[in-house]
Amino acid sequence: MELGLMQRRLEDYTKSLFMEGLLDAQFLQLQQLQDESNPGFVGEVVSLFFDDSEKLLNELTSAMDQQIVDFRKVDSYVHQFKGSSSSIGAQRIKNVCILFRNYIEEQNIEACLRCLQQVKQEYYHVKSKLETLFRLEQQVLAAGGSIPAIEVTSF
Amino acid sequence: MNQSGGKGSMLTSSRKSNEVVLDQFPAGLRVLVVDDDPTCLKIVEKMLRTCHYEVTTCNRAESALASLQANRNGFDIVISDVHMPDMDGFKLLERIGLEMDLPVIMMSADDGKQVVMKGVTHGACDYLIKPIRIEELKNIWQHVVRKRKNEWKELEQSVSIEDGGDRMQKQFEDVDYSSSANEVGNWKSSKKRKDEEDEFEDKDDTSTLKKPRVVWSVELHQQFVAAVNQLGIDKAVPKKILELMNVPGLTRENVASHLQKYRLYLRRLSGVPQHQGGINASFMGTQDATFSPISSLTGLDLRALAVAGQLPAQRLSTLQAMNFARSSPKSGQPVPMVDQRNVFSFNNSKFKTGEGQLQQPNLGSNNQMNLLHGIPTTMEPKQLAELHQSFENMSSMQASVSPSNSPLMHRGSVRFPPNMSQTLMSNGLPGGLLPRCMPAENGRGLGGYTNPVSQTTSSASLTFPMNHGPELSGSNSFPPLGSPPGIPSLTQKGPSKEDIPVNSDAKGSTTGGILPGYYLPNDIQQFQSNDWELQNVGLAFNSPQNTSSLTGNLENAAPIFVQQGISSGSMRNSSSGGGSKGSFVEGSHHQNLSSVVNSSVRIKSETVADTSYQNVLYTEHFGQEDLMSALLKQQEGIGPVNPEFDLDGYSVDNIHV
Repeated sequence: MELGLMQRRLEDYTKSLFMEGLLDAQFLQLQQLQDESNPGFVGEVVSLFFDDSEKLLNELTSAMDQQIVDFRKVDSYVHQFKGSSSSIGAQRIKNVCILFRNYIEEQNIEACLRCLQQVKQEYYHVKSKLETLFRLEQQVLAAGGSIPAIEVTSF
Repeated sequence: MNQSGGKGSMLTSSRKSNEVVLDQFPAGLRVLVVDDDPTCLKIVEKMLRTCHYEVTTCNRAESALASLQANRNGFDIVISDVHMPDMDGFKLLERIGLEMDLPVIMMSADDGKQVVMKGVTHGACDYLIKPIRIEELKNIWQHVVRKRKNEWKELEQSVSIEDGGDRMQKQFEDVDYSSSANEVGNWKSSKKRKDEEDEFEDKDDTSTLKKPRVVWSVELHQQFVAAVNQLGIDKAVPKKILELMNVPGLTRENVASHLQKYRLYLRRLSGVPQHQGGINASFMGTQDATFSPISSLTGLDLRALAVAGQLPAQRLSTLQAMNFARSSPKSGQPVPMVDQRNVFSFNNSKFKTGEGQLQQPNLGSNNQMNLLHGIPTTMEPKQLAELHQSFENMSSMQASVSPSNSPLMHRGSVRFPPNMSQTLMSNGLPGGLLPRCMPAENGRGLGGYTNPVSQTTSSASLTFPMNHGPELSGSNSFPPLGSPPGIPSLTQKGPSKEDIPVNSDAKGSTTGGILPGYYLPNDIQQFQSNDWELQNVGLAFNSPQNTSSLTGNLENAAPIFVQQGISSGSMRNSSSGGGSKGSFVEGSHHQNLSSVVNSSVRIKSETVADTSYQNVLYTEHFGQEDLMSALLKQQEGIGPVNPEFDLDGYSVDNIHV
């Protein structure tokens, strides 16, 4: 595939993630932090996020699995997840976390379990999308191109 | 922070070199970031690096503390997450504030009001909501500068202008500064060395003092008196007193002038009719006794005493060291008056700064902070007025104050209406004096006074004799407070809105304000009651609101104060962790206004509403309708102000006569 085409595809793909609300402006912040001195910054951060989130989700699942749910603990996990997801701009995850915390406050186990499911879904969803995004980026870079900067105004 | 008007070649050249350094600032700012979330930690680290800061990261609070302890001067500012597994972010905040006195910024995904408030009350100089944006991090250097600036101010205030450059230099050397701040500090110290007085005159960002004066706070005076007693009043020479007191930034000259006043005061007491003379003896005698209990009282008690006891302001004022010089009514010594004001303003500012700033100005210990904390919660401006009026409910007040101590004591739950500070101010005495005052002043049934005073924060039940008013007149034409109506018990419910009946009688001979009653007659005459009332009102910003966040009503207050010749002290910017500093500024010292405006006191815009509420009360009770209405108008006109005020440690700004 020709470089220009790859770049265009990358650009469109990135924009679509924003349009879908998967990513928000915070992701742009990350991209802006990426520069020649640190070209893989976004990828590194996102990897870190993935690793951390897997652990977090496992702990969250097991906490919710308990006979007697320790809501305080669950809340701290969700709070953490909210913080990390919002830091990378994973908007949908963050929003579910907010909802999740409301139910935790109500100690509504049913709703919490639903939220847990939902938050996992959102997580895997954004994970796969981001992985695709990075793959596209790598293709562009491998072909000698540069990642086009996403303009906020464009969407 | 450019000094205006470089003086002398050395100054200029040092200025130049420092300017270079300053130009680079804030690059190289050394930031420590603590967060257990690796994603966020990495992002913030990158952002800070992009801002050209030097970043160190920790994912655990304990390791952060260890790093800080190992390298005390190695960091300029700390950014910490709130929720961490091994240690609560607020605890870390407290520890850092206590041990290292660094500005700390909190961050969290939690933007709930309570949490943010907690950050404020624990002394955070800022609170960032995740996700953090780089724009927010770009300006964190302001917190460092602000803190340094406030520390400088405190230093300056504790240094009298007459002091030699050596002393100043020594004092400055005592201050710890990080590298970038060091440059600033060096610049400042060299500036001071070069041309202290003129430079003080210069208005620059860091120092707006014209004549730094020592403010003899409660604690400071306690230390002083303790030292004097230890040495023996006859043998107490300034040099030795200074050594015993061991207060950084205090000079021999400060002590000497204070001692002089103190001696005059004692002389006056002993020269007074029998009962008072006896009091004097008891004054001295009880000093130690009262001191220790008093000192054990965190400032809160003292303040509570002041407030609750309604120590006849007159008493308090007389007792104040500052008042020593005013032995006779109408002595009209300007200096003492200033002192008194200074003290008041100082106290006031202290109260204001109650905000979790554990960092004390050189003068005080953390007690002062506590003082602030304790008092606010239960004091409402209205109550304050009432307090002035009545002494009866001292005990209840005390009790009410005490409970608040515990929550308050820990840093910065500054929730006291400015009134409190005002009251305190008017009562004037740093807590320590109160107890002494009572017996000394009246010789009437004050004996029991010391008891409550000696109680610690938990529950001093002050039972000040209520009839101080009339009796006081003996000593200094204190405005007869009349039979003080019982002080309504202040229950601890934050700013309680109890209706404290204001004794219009109190207005009596005074200039019509309740507050005036607290001043020595000569003071009263000299001070316009307006001023005090204004102060009261001005101070009557609900403390709770003070502790809240960032919209500063100080700006509103500032103009009021300035106009009234009172400054509410320097308020710190919210960004810095400093406590609020209150300083009374004479109307002529508009520089204070700017400092006030620039200061960082967090006052919620809601205070406007409260103040108006309070104002209403005041107008009802105060005779100074004109002033009040003027003040009210000002206050009501206060829109949400945005200078960020931090309630840092206490720093007394220009306290001028």
